[in-house]
Amino acid sequence: MGCLESLPYEVVLSKISFREAREFLARYPEKYDIEPGYRMFDIHIVGVPPIRVAVDGDSLLFPFTKPCHGTFLIRVPNATDEIARLRSRA
Amino acid sequence: MPEERDRKVTILVMGCPKVPVQTSLVLYLAHRMKNAGYQTIIAGTPAARQLIRVADPDGHYIMEMKDLDATIAALAEEKLPVTNSFVFVHNDAGISYAATMQSLTNKPVTAIIFGEEAEQVTSEITFPCTIIADPAIHNPMPLKRKIEEAAPWDA
Repeated sequence: MGCLESLPYEVVLSKISFREAREFLARYPEKYDIEPGYRMFDIHIVGVPPIRVAVDGDSLLFPFTKPCHGTFLIRVPNATDEIARLRSRA
Repeated sequence: MPEERDRKVTILVMGCPKVPVQTSLVLYLAHRMKNAGYQTIIAGTPAARQLIRVADPDGHYIMEMKDLDATIAALAEEKLPVTNSFVFVHNDAGISYAATMQSLTNKPVTAIIFGEEAEQVTSEITFPCTIIADPAIHNPMPLKRKIEEAAPWDA
């Protein structure tokens, strides 16, 4: 099991709802819906399905939920392997 | 083995422990589920688990505790079969965990909703689950009564 802190992430939005995360990601042309528990970067993603993630160049944007702090929208650069895995599911 | 197949397992998923009623209700529910013959797993953050551990040092009510992230991972990898689950919810993050439990287990989920925003949180739940809600913060009795009415088990 992985840890977000091991990734070179950037917080795009903080303390938002899962709904706000989904609405924000609607602006990206390349996006995918994943199910709760989907594993990315060795992290199992938590959320209300369908959980939206988006591709922006070689970065991946996705919601990350912490029990005491709510949902953050995270951007992880150089995510080519995970992006390829998402594309292969489509 | 028939015994393994018939084993009933429930998971009590704790949210952020900042609202006082949660710890009390988790211990109460663990007691009830243990008496009803369930293998009961309490999943939570380190702080939430520590509150439970300190309140029940001899393990009268605690059967097993797990890290929240490790529990989600085990469910996602289908390594943790469960009969049902209870998710303690007082904020948006709690809704995400309840939805995740419903999606990963495909077994009955009960969302126990509490705190100042209980009504708003309840209105945002759109996935199938049983809801037990009360805007309780310090007094666990209203939720205790509602839990007993909704799920009488061994009472």
